[in-house]
Amino acid sequence: MTRKVRRVFILISAAALAWVFFLAYRPLPPLGFVHSQYGDLVNAITVPERHITDAVSAVNFDVRAFDTLGEEFILFTSVMGVLVLMRRQSDEPAGHHEDKAPGRTVPPASDAVRVTALLLVAPAMLFGLYIVVHGQVSPGGGFQGGVILASAPVLVYLCSEYAEFRRVLSMRLAEVSEAAGAATYILMGLVSLGLGGMFLENLLPLGRSGTLTSGGMVPFIDVGVGLEVGGGLSLALLAYLEELVEEKEQ
Amino acid sequence: MNYLPYAVAAWLFLVGLYGVTSSRNLIHLIMCVGVIQSSSYVLLLAIGYRVGGVAPVFVDIPANSRAVDPVVQALMLTDIVVEVAVTALLLGLAVQVHKRHGTLNPDRLTKISG
Amino acid sequence: MLPVAPVALPLLFAAALAALTKIISQRFSQLIAVGATLTSLAIDIYLLKGSATHDIVYWFGNWRIRDGVALGISFTIDPFGAGLAGFAAVLTLAALLFSSEFFDTAGNHFHALLLAFLAAMSGFSLTGDMFNMFVFFELMSAAAFALCGYKTADPGSLQGTLNFAVTNTIAAYFVLTGIGLLYARTGALNMAQMGRALSSGRVDTLVLIAFVFVICGYLVKTAIVPFHFWLADAHAVAPSPVCVLFSGVMVDLGLFALARIYWATFNPVLHAHLPGLTTLFVSIGVATALTGAFMCYLQRNVKRLLAFSTISHVGLIMTGVALFAPAGLAGAAIYALAHGMVKGGLFLAAGILLHRFQSVDEHDLYGKARREPATAAVFFAGAVGLTGFPFSGLAAGHDLMSASAKSAGFDWLRWIFIFADGVTAAAALRAGGRIFFGWGPVEREENAPKHEEKPETEGRHQYTPATMFIPACVLVVGGLLVGFVPDLKQAAIAAATQFENSRAYAASVLDSQYLRTVAPAAPEAPEMLPGLLALLGAIVIALVHLFSARGRQLSSALWKPLRLLHRLHSGHVGDYVAFLTFGMACFALLCVYCFS
Repeated sequence: MTRKVRRVFILISAAALAWVFFLAYRPLPPLGFVHSQYGDLVNAITVPERHITDAVSAVNFDVRAFDTLGEEFILFTSVMGVLVLMRRQSDEPAGHHEDKAPGRTVPPASDAVRVTALLLVAPAMLFGLYIVVHGQVSPGGGFQGGVILASAPVLVYLCSEYAEFRRVLSMRLAEVSEAAGAATYILMGLVSLGLGGMFLENLLPLGRSGTLTSGGMVPFIDVGVGLEVGGGLSLALLAYLEELVEEKEQ
Repeated sequence: MNYLPYAVAAWLFLVGLYGVTSSRNLIHLIMCVGVIQSSSYVLLLAIGYRVGGVAPVFVDIPANSRAVDPVVQALMLTDIVVEVAVTALLLGLAVQVHKRHGTLNPDRLTKISG
Repeated sequence: MLPVAPVALPLLFAAALAALTKIISQRFSQLIAVGATLTSLAIDIYLLKGSATHDIVYWFGNWRIRDGVALGISFTIDPFGAGLAGFAAVLTLAALLFSSEFFDTAGNHFHALLLAFLAAMSGFSLTGDMFNMFVFFELMSAAAFALCGYKTADPGSLQGTLNFAVTNTIAAYFVLTGIGLLYARTGALNMAQMGRALSSGRVDTLVLIAFVFVICGYLVKTAIVPFHFWLADAHAVAPSPVCVLFSGVMVDLGLFALARIYWATFNPVLHAHLPGLTTLFVSIGVATALTGAFMCYLQRNVKRLLAFSTISHVGLIMTGVALFAPAGLAGAAIYALAHGMVKGGLFLAAGILLHRFQSVDEHDLYGKARREPATAAVFFAGAVGLTGFPFSGLAAGHDLMSASAKSAGFDWLRWIFIFADGVTAAAALRAGGRIFFGWGPVEREENAPKHEEKPETEGRHQYTPATMFIPACVLVVGGLLVGFVPDLKQAAIAAATQFENSRAYAASVLDSQYLRTVAPAAPEAPEMLPGLLALLGAIVIALVHLFSARGRQLSSALWKPLRLLHRLHSGHVGDYVAFLTFGMACFALLCVYCFS
């Protein structure tokens, strides 16, 4: 289709779809009045039955833990996909790969950026760890904390030379961290089976709500997910940057 | 205000679809897919909202306070992870497309058709 | 404990393979992958047997029903679900064996991706929770995108994967919107609980549009018209073992979702509209079958030809499912099984051609495979198998679907079957005649787009290793002989009756009560005529095309009006998304104005 024909086609289809959305959303109750027994029930039971004060983490890592297992492996598979897609091919040109717009030079790294990044590395890691381990207490958890942990290598990249950066973050470290985190989730499920329950049943001691040791198996899963997400996103970063490595080595 | 979030969700979805269809740059196209994904977040969160409800975190409020629906928030978390995963894959594809085809314009990708 | 294994085991080993990526050899990693797949298959067979009388329900985390609310996620396993998961394991095994030698597996990543793909397909077939199904759908998609774009050196591969990824992601978000709407209405994510909640409410536009969004989102994966454009592009560029999985089992999953979601969730509330729904979905299936057949004949790239043939056959399977009756569903299941195996074998044969001659273009390969009798035998057996000749696997499925169609008033469906089977088989026979025998004139079509396929194997191309040939042979022969499995039809009808019993499904999940299902008897006499007609038609069309210039002129005159259809398949992702939007809007508006 030519651009014009395609534009007309999509405008008509989108108009029809807009009418469909209107018909679909009109029977919904107004904002704030949608009633869900599922949500109310979860809110009522998280503290008394599981000693978890963050209901969202309770849903993610306890009540619907199996969904989160699938979600974690989606990230795992995608990172593996990025590695596969960005792998060096045998017919890749050995010469310098021009990746810049012509007539522009790369500006030198700014000292302000480097200092700020250097100062932020440790706080970022600390904050990431804090979010990971407090998943069952306050908003947070493995995914959120893992992403913040993954920002630490990015900050290291911003403040140092590439060789230094690779020394701090090796591919092996990221790979092992990611795979260990992914396996931890399934192993926790197997632990539940070993303790005589169903897969991913929360059978570990529940502790006192509001503390780091509450929630039974949730802190362990949080740490596993944090490792997996942090390692996975760092690995994806490395896969993208490997492109850069080809050029710089010339 | 009563139905605004639903309208926003519908608008985001439609705008994203139009963007994907009429895009001339793969990075722009991938970001438009992200806009479509955002529409589902707005819809889910709107569905979970309760009038007078607070965040479903009971560490500093009594455990029987009126809170919004935590289940849709958990669903949304899953969706965000899915979005990140898919965007990472698509952007990797875009980088390779640029390397192999020399262009990021979908109109100029003609290697397979028919 | 066992219901968990088909998902947990492959995922665990995928993680292990990723951790050990540069430590263990490719052989060892393949061994681990094969071991995990075989274990998964064994457990699927065990679950298949165990669920024969009533569904197996497994609650994750031991979160069960409380005050009528399903708190946790359930696996609700029935024979079709377990069977589909097992079939996925069989095809994954074939893919792993085919990629043993010469294949660039990028360390362990190919094996790990295949294991993740298998786990996702298994989870999708076994689950009883709507959102859990979506999560496994996304896991399957992520693995599929990575596997499809595997040959990154091939520029066409990137374009095909891009089309695949963008269309399927947008479809998934339609599904998610539908799930959100259903959650708002019912407050539930468990399919049985949703069904019970919906049945006490009214059928309004929200319910109908949510139905369309969820079903059609999954049908994009099945490549139903007008959502089918991505499939040919993806198959043309994916490595051959991956194509086996795509055509053999991934496309069936969307139809499984249609059946499962309709019978578990929507039948209690929509059963009054069954005739209308049947007409709608049968029409869509017929349109898909015809489009696939026409486009199939116009192709010169063998893998694209097989891909359009898949689209055509999947349209036929959809008509079976759309009859919403036990015999129809049973026939569709048998047809899908036989088709998946035959098509898988054909794709592996194409992979052998690619390995030996570095091309899958019908005209490039003209006469080159003259000294490959074994591969030729497999290819022609598969092509003939696609016709559904009497007593073959596809014929067994066709028999049941025809019987069901006749009793629903759709007797003319058999002619669509004959036409689609015949034309797609004719295209394959024509291609085989050119490639393996050098029949027909050498054609230099400048206007036909030529896709240069980069070889997917490295190393010596002088011979075909047994690890490539045996899976191809076993799959084709298996697909042909499926019809001879004793009592297959009766077992399939019993499973279908159990599948379609919404009351029993809800009772087993929500009330922990197991109701007995009584299955009708299978129709006795197999029909010979349709299969014979399709076979004859295919052979005649192929021979006429190859040997008669007048015949070729006639056929190109007949195909001229279809040039527009051919041009619509432009390879441009914007076009595909426009058609996706159009299709969604049309189906939603049709449902709303016909059923409310």
